[in-house]
Amino acid sequence: MTEPLARPKRKNPLARTTQPLLPPQARSRKAHGFTLAAATGRFMLQCCGECGRYTYPAREACPNCLSSDLTFQDAPTGGALLSETRIEVTSDPYFREHMPWRTGMVQLDCGPVAVVHLHGDCGGPGSRLKLSLQLDRAGQAVFFAKPVSEVPHMEDDPQWREMTADPKHRRILITDGRGPLALPLAQALKKAGAARIFVGVADRWKPFDQQAPLEAIEGVELVDLDLTSERSVQDLAMDIGAKVEILINTADHVRPAHLFDAGAANAAREAMDHTVMGLMRLAQAFGPVMRSRGADGATGAVAWVNVLSVHGLSNAPQFGVHSATHAACLSLSQWLRTELRPGGIRVLNAFAGPLDTEWFQMVPPPKVAPKALADAVLDGLKRGLEDIYVGDVAKDIEARLFDNPKAVEREAGQ
Amino acid sequence: MVFSRARQSYDGVVLAVPVTVPYQRYSIETAHWWMGKALRALADGAGISHRDFDGFSVASFTMGPDVAVALTQHFGLSPRHIDHVPMGGAAGIVSLRRAARAVQAGDADIVACVAADTNRVDSFRSLLAGFSRFSQDAVYPYGAGGANGSFALIARHYMDRYGATREDFGKLCVAQRDNALRNPDALMKKPLTLEQYMSARAIAEPFHLFDCVMPCAGAEAFLVMREETATSLKLPFVRLLSAIERHNAFAEDPVQVRGGWVVDRDELYGMAGSAPGDMDFVQTYDDYAVISMMQFEDLGFCAKGEGPDFVRQHTFTVDGSFPHNTSGGQLSVGQAGAAGGHLGITEAMRQLLGTAEGRQVKNAKLGLVSGFGMINYDRGLASAAAILARA
Repeated sequence: MTEPLARPKRKNPLARTTQPLLPPQARSRKAHGFTLAAATGRFMLQCCGECGRYTYPAREACPNCLSSDLTFQDAPTGGALLSETRIEVTSDPYFREHMPWRTGMVQLDCGPVAVVHLHGDCGGPGSRLKLSLQLDRAGQAVFFAKPVSEVPHMEDDPQWREMTADPKHRRILITDGRGPLALPLAQALKKAGAARIFVGVADRWKPFDQQAPLEAIEGVELVDLDLTSERSVQDLAMDIGAKVEILINTADHVRPAHLFDAGAANAAREAMDHTVMGLMRLAQAFGPVMRSRGADGATGAVAWVNVLSVHGLSNAPQFGVHSATHAACLSLSQWLRTELRPGGIRVLNAFAGPLDTEWFQMVPPPKVAPKALADAVLDGLKRGLEDIYVGDVAKDIEARLFDNPKAVEREAGQ
Repeated sequence: MVFSRARQSYDGVVLAVPVTVPYQRYSIETAHWWMGKALRALADGAGISHRDFDGFSVASFTMGPDVAVALTQHFGLSPRHIDHVPMGGAAGIVSLRRAARAVQAGDADIVACVAADTNRVDSFRSLLAGFSRFSQDAVYPYGAGGANGSFALIARHYMDRYGATREDFGKLCVAQRDNALRNPDALMKKPLTLEQYMSARAIAEPFHLFDCVMPCAGAEAFLVMREETATSLKLPFVRLLSAIERHNAFAEDPVQVRGGWVVDRDELYGMAGSAPGDMDFVQTYDDYAVISMMQFEDLGFCAKGEGPDFVRQHTFTVDGSFPHNTSGGQLSVGQAGAAGGHLGITEAMRQLLGTAEGRQVKNAKLGLVSGFGMINYDRGLASAAAILARA
């Protein structure tokens, strides 16, 4: 059974901070099919379109029939352990800091044999296992095997912790306390064992509805944060930057404006300043310090979440400015992901459809309840996902974009 | 479609001038330096110029960015048969087979088969990290245990399935160390006891320190020619009686429990007109003792699954009931990269030429050498074997 993760001791300020290292990153281009699956929490292997057999590792031709029609298809997640080892010695600097490391060889139910990371609670050879594809600290997809049934504290397994961004004992910054997400997020984070939750609020003197319930949560601390002010963002980073292990950027600014409206450019500029430049200010202030703390103990910096509109992926005319803003945020987020990777910091994009809030009053259901979005973000962190689609509208758009992005574009606004 | 007829004999093919360039744990030199030493020793041993080698076959993991043809200019060779055999532990026998056919057919008169690798600080890590596409995609990111991690999975499974114990592996390792103490070229100079073997620190369960070879720099080389060439050069030689190779055999086995030797071993013994019991010594590819045990089974010295019992019933020193890896093998001489696959050949040649000095097996007339290599993903893909005889 996994030892429960202890609350980290206060850090010795004189001790050198362990510098982040990454597991081996080189992959063939085909192997990024696994990256695609792992990023969204799916379990897929190459499957031959001609003979129907699954194959692994990633290939360019089916070893059974030499067809090149090898697409990544969802596969059953079960398997049986064939053999295992505990690696004690490695020449790789990342793994050297994590020795011993348990790996195994698994007969997958879909056919192939895979070398996998083995959860500490898995039984020996012959045991049944449940497989998943995870992104490791380098952001590369790997197979991870866990026992079929839940075991107490299994989320605290040190190898599993490397694959996830579990909030337990971590300190979190939520950037927009006035938004509808702050309260359900803070509640969910508290329940997940977060050590401290900073909630940024602009113009603190202005009261807001959620202030009292937020402050009532033990461990929540409201802090001054105005995303439109570089000074404000820098000041907060000076103050708590080195304490933030997960940053959840919930900033949003929904204002309807038609493209041909006389003031549309002003509306867009304001939205961009708040949301896009806000993200950039946050990245500049908090990115470097988070990146440097990626290996700062068992609860070091681990993730950055951007809550984005799914319409950032394809413009929705009734929220044209909002869509354009989030398209820009997505691009920035990809950039940020690359910049944070050397620290092993995950960037999670949560794409949501319209929320069930005042600014989307005119939109017919289904809409996403803020609590559902908060729960999805927590789930994404605990599972180490990179892209999550929350709610029916977002999932619908994800599927349709995958199928035919032009159709999404033409049907928008109809 | 006509299926393969029996392969033609290796009549008249001989090996001469076994060369070992003594190993070093680390070297500041390149693989080319080691190759140069080996070629010089071959030429000196044959009493001719290296320019007289009209065949050149090379195996190395660290000769990059060069390819074999670049090396001809580097060393001033002008061969008419050239080969690069990047097959790790199987490279020695595969080189030998190709060279044998070249000299038989008259494509070449004298083929210099050279394996050399350097070992710089950190070069082993780079080799592991970029070993193969499957390894890079699907093995190395899993704990980066290298060959130790991969073979640990094979060994654990073999132990579970056939009842082999660490003591069985230890017995082979201890015997090889004993052999190595009689070999001045072996890097390992201290005796090894079973107690030391058992209590050594873990590397990747079930492997502990003395289960693992020590990567080092070094070179092994030999010449392949027709008998008449050797006679005219007045060179002592040994005969090649038979040789096999097989790659990616038994892909359907979920975990490797056997190598490709099983497919072709009847031909191996048939061509040589001999049986396993006729061998005076055996040089297996000993990257790990479990692989040697697998070779005992797959080369017909005992049945599948009886490897552990076979080990318990025999002694493996040069004066034992089953002289095995008489040089000390890679486990005690060192693993000089691709040269590890040539080590068994040069040692077998010395035994058959009667020049093995302190480790000479008495009356050695017939010996088997085996090669194994290239753990591309989850198993060693290349297997090869040859039977050599005293002239």
